[in-house]
Amino acid sequence: MEGDCVVDLTALTPCSGLLPLRKGDVTLSELDPGRITSLMPFPGQGAALSRALEVAYGLGFPAPGQVTRAEGVACVWTGRDQAFLMGPEPDPTLADHAAMTDQSDAWAVVLLAGEGAEDVLARLVPIDLRPAAFPESSAARTLCQHMTVSISRRAEGLQIMCFRSMARTLAHEIADVMASVAGRRAAG
Amino acid sequence: MRIDGKGRVDRDRPVKFTFDGKAFSGFAGDTLASALLGADVRLMGRSFKYHRPRGVLTAGSEEPNALVTVRSGAEADPNTRATVQELYEGLEAVSQNRWPSLDFDVLGVNDLAAPFFGAGFYYKTFMWPKSFWEKLYEPMIRRAAGLGALSGMANADRYEKAYAFCDVLVIGGGPAGLMAALTAARTGADVILASEDCCFGGRLQAEDEDVDGEAGCSWATALAGELATMENVRLMPRTTVTGAYDGGTYGALERVTQHLADPGDAPLECFWRIAAKRVVLCTGALERHVAFRDNDRPGVMMAGALRAYLNRWGVAPGRRVVIFGNNDDAHRSARDMQHAGLEVVALVDSRHDAENLAGDVPFFPGWQVARAHGAKGVEAVDLVGPQGAIKRLQAEALGVSGGWNPAVHLTCHLNGRPVWDERIAGFVPREGAVPGMSVAGAARGTFSTTACLREGAEAGLAAAQALGFSGDLPVIPEAGDEAYRIRRLWAVPGKGRAWLDFQNDVTVKDVKQAATENYRSVEHMKRYTTQGMATDQGKSSNVQALAILADATGRDIPETGTTTFRPPYVPVSIAAMGAGAQGKGFAPQRFTTSHEASVARGAPMVEAGLWYRPSYFPKPGETTWQESCAREVKMVRETVGICDVSTLGKIDLQGRDVGAFLDFVYANTFSTLKPGRVRYGLMLREDGHVMDDGTTARLSENQWVMTTTTAAAGQVMKHLDWVRQAYCRQIDARFISVTEHWAQFAVAGPKSREVLNGLLDSPIDDDSFPFMQCGPVSIGGVAARLFRISFSGEHAYEIAVPARYGASLFEVLLGRAEALGGGPYGMEALNVLRIEKGHITHAEIHGRTTAFDIGFARMISAKKDCIGKALAARPGLVEEDREQLVGLRPVTTGRALTAGAHLFDEGAEPVRTNDLGYVTSVGFSPSLGTYLGLGFLRNGRARHGEEIRMVDHVRGTAETCIVTDPVALDTDGGRLRG
Repeated sequence: MEGDCVVDLTALTPCSGLLPLRKGDVTLSELDPGRITSLMPFPGQGAALSRALEVAYGLGFPAPGQVTRAEGVACVWTGRDQAFLMGPEPDPTLADHAAMTDQSDAWAVVLLAGEGAEDVLARLVPIDLRPAAFPESSAARTLCQHMTVSISRRAEGLQIMCFRSMARTLAHEIADVMASVAGRRAAG
Repeated sequence: MRIDGKGRVDRDRPVKFTFDGKAFSGFAGDTLASALLGADVRLMGRSFKYHRPRGVLTAGSEEPNALVTVRSGAEADPNTRATVQELYEGLEAVSQNRWPSLDFDVLGVNDLAAPFFGAGFYYKTFMWPKSFWEKLYEPMIRRAAGLGALSGMANADRYEKAYAFCDVLVIGGGPAGLMAALTAARTGADVILASEDCCFGGRLQAEDEDVDGEAGCSWATALAGELATMENVRLMPRTTVTGAYDGGTYGALERVTQHLADPGDAPLECFWRIAAKRVVLCTGALERHVAFRDNDRPGVMMAGALRAYLNRWGVAPGRRVVIFGNNDDAHRSARDMQHAGLEVVALVDSRHDAENLAGDVPFFPGWQVARAHGAKGVEAVDLVGPQGAIKRLQAEALGVSGGWNPAVHLTCHLNGRPVWDERIAGFVPREGAVPGMSVAGAARGTFSTTACLREGAEAGLAAAQALGFSGDLPVIPEAGDEAYRIRRLWAVPGKGRAWLDFQNDVTVKDVKQAATENYRSVEHMKRYTTQGMATDQGKSSNVQALAILADATGRDIPETGTTTFRPPYVPVSIAAMGAGAQGKGFAPQRFTTSHEASVARGAPMVEAGLWYRPSYFPKPGETTWQESCAREVKMVRETVGICDVSTLGKIDLQGRDVGAFLDFVYANTFSTLKPGRVRYGLMLREDGHVMDDGTTARLSENQWVMTTTTAAAGQVMKHLDWVRQAYCRQIDARFISVTEHWAQFAVAGPKSREVLNGLLDSPIDDDSFPFMQCGPVSIGGVAARLFRISFSGEHAYEIAVPARYGASLFEVLLGRAEALGGGPYGMEALNVLRIEKGHITHAEIHGRTTAFDIGFARMISAKKDCIGKALAARPGLVEEDREQLVGLRPVTTGRALTAGAHLFDEGAEPVRTNDLGYVTSVGFSPSLGTYLGLGFLRNGRARHGEEIRMVDHVRGTAETCIVTDPVALDTDGGRLRG
């Protein structure tokens, strides 16, 4: 088919033209999440799904509020009986145990990094993101100002996911409080 | 005046500022109040009601008098307490509630008319005529009486709100708070220490007192320095905890840059929500006044404030000082003033058996101050002796202490009532009033510094231990341990007005008047007199007022009780609480992938929920939206139009039981739908009314995709979740929103297939893609989904691609469409197209209409159950005289219909009782050359062909219409199948 294509569609990322941003030590940049597949275990298939994930990627289905990781793969809890497999194409063996839906284009995925990243999110997010309370294995569905988001901690910083359509608002909100936090540091 | 050798301001750093336009100079470390006192300004404001001249009364946030407006123009910040406002270079402040000037205030005549203006005056006087209150009396009174005003301009200042979490929150940075924070922090607990002051030490900053062998203020500063180096401690200076809320959540206002000339990007204020597992409340105590004649004259001050101004800022309101109190602490003020070289004319103690603790000062035990003389400042005071002898003394400053009230406010925010403690003649917190909160130091009536230090340490340790941390009590530093003795004194009897509440101009007589008129409850007295209201919430007058009420009603104080303490403890600007929610922060904005292209084509964008959608796409020469809309409608009917429909909700459903699940949530049957086919569905609420409509496609045996309206996407998702969890727990069905993953475009019109066949990798025809067909297609190698569905009534498709390709596909579709004489169309044309076809939207399914009303009663399948079926069959919901969906068109072609108008029989008076229905949607149909409307008419289906009168009471228009079938165009649907 490829050779016969009459049109050539170009792809845009959710945050193209919006990011990266930098203020002081804090940076906000867009991440390429690869393929995002929602996994929702069929009735009674939770344990089997977790085993299939172990076999395919070496990680289990995450408990609520958790993210599991292996090289190049993460499985982020996103809700009741629901997690997002992020990175690779879904292994076909998973289809026996879970409803799988392609969510790759539905989410703007950004990374907030640098000393003070928690201070920035403390102005938008009402949950405790201190490293002790929200370590690297943590994932949460919460609010970012008025938007619902998924937040998880990575080694490099905090990963924030919001609806693609709201990427501009996310960048606006975070940029605003980044300026505020940097302004506080400058003011002493 | 400045007192040489006193105070801890930096005399090497003068700071210039203006007050009422006049230039002054203070020093770094001053507050506005101390700088004004240093510059011999005693008159700082006019009172609320009588416009009496007032000076600063306190040295803290409880200040009722010295309220000023700081900065100007849009940045003007009214009702700023001069006692809290730190001085900065160029600070601009003006006094309030005076005209033309603070020194000469015309409305000062109110004070002369005072006999008429007592409590209840307004209630009694401005009763008649009734209509005058809102229009005349209230505006007049508000103009005459008031605090500062906002500028009315939009303020560009940055505000902030933020969240914090900790194990132990210590509220108050005085000796108890510092020790609590230190002790808790040394156990390893995460500690937040909030201090209302710009520094730490609390009362130690105001005293001439040693702790651990050094000046108390230095000890406090050093300890705060030590805390600052600890990783698990967050110091929050300039932060007032304003409220205690459920679940260990506390509100706090941080004055981030109110003390800076140029805040840069930093916010002015931040409103914090602090979640704390344990709290130690160390908020100290507030001094109260004694009521006597003209006790409000500038230069009359709380005795503790007088000595704070002396010790911390090196200022005093005058050289000759009288101190008057009913307790030992007042003696400290006399002692400090005397040591500083001021002339203490008299130390007056109302207790006849009091001992002089102030040293070599004239001492008057058993005497009282009966009156202050002077208008814009104290000039003399009258003392009255035990046998009634009067002695007049010249003085410019009078320090008064009626005792100290523990700052119990936060302990009462969850409905706890404080407990009377006769030992201190004040209220102390009730144990356990706020879960997880303990109280230490002066806030619980412990007034000696040593005891405060110890209690703080013990409370800090106990709080940490309760959370599983372990540690030891630190060594308690050596400090003062004086006893505090007091005997009740609320008011000195005598003629004239003795003031209680300075902010609301309430006198002893007003409170007694309230009791006389049977406002005996303290809550009623408060409302009747306004005592305890406004920005200071009566912090320096509540206890005296209720004590006088108790006396007037023949009860004791505990029996009388207090009014209700409510948050916030200090005024909080709305800008801080709502920070981030102005302008674009008001709500998230959702943009489609075609947004930029639509804007580039000049389309005005309209809000649809949080989404932005193009209203129409103007062409050169078109001057009204109607012109563009009519062209776009014609374009779709004759060639082809492109419209972004990505905003419609899309829900992916998978599992063996999805068909059965859909049968249950939709009124009509879906389980019989074949893979590759699409069906229109109607969804009911539990109460039998229509919730939403849309199409659902069966992509394969076990995968389906449902579409919802844009408006109800979230509601439908929530509804499905509820139905599954409540009724269908065992079924094999899983679903998730895919709205955001797909960019979807309607391609509508006779040339729609021609457009697609120029783009799809494999062409389609009527056999492979008949009406209501769906299936996978490929476009430029990208896997896409194609649906042959139509909202416009034309031969139409919707094509969906992963959103990353949305912008690109939109441009490609437009290019092809325009080559065929078509183009984009917006919401206006979309609306007209569907009105021509009689298709409903949420204008019709607005929550009060049933399937019967819209003519879809037969869609509720008789062969199965569904949500809403039982209640939709209720008597009354299926009556023939219900308002039923009809089409409307004007009898006179060219006349306009208006949505929202009501329907009446021809000749009937257009009043509510004759109302037969209403118009929901209208539009000019270029296809039929007339306005068309949809609406609901009583028994409407039986009235097709009849004439009805449309009356729009809001717009003042009326029109005679013909009632028709809702479908005005292509009634047999030939166009969409063809």
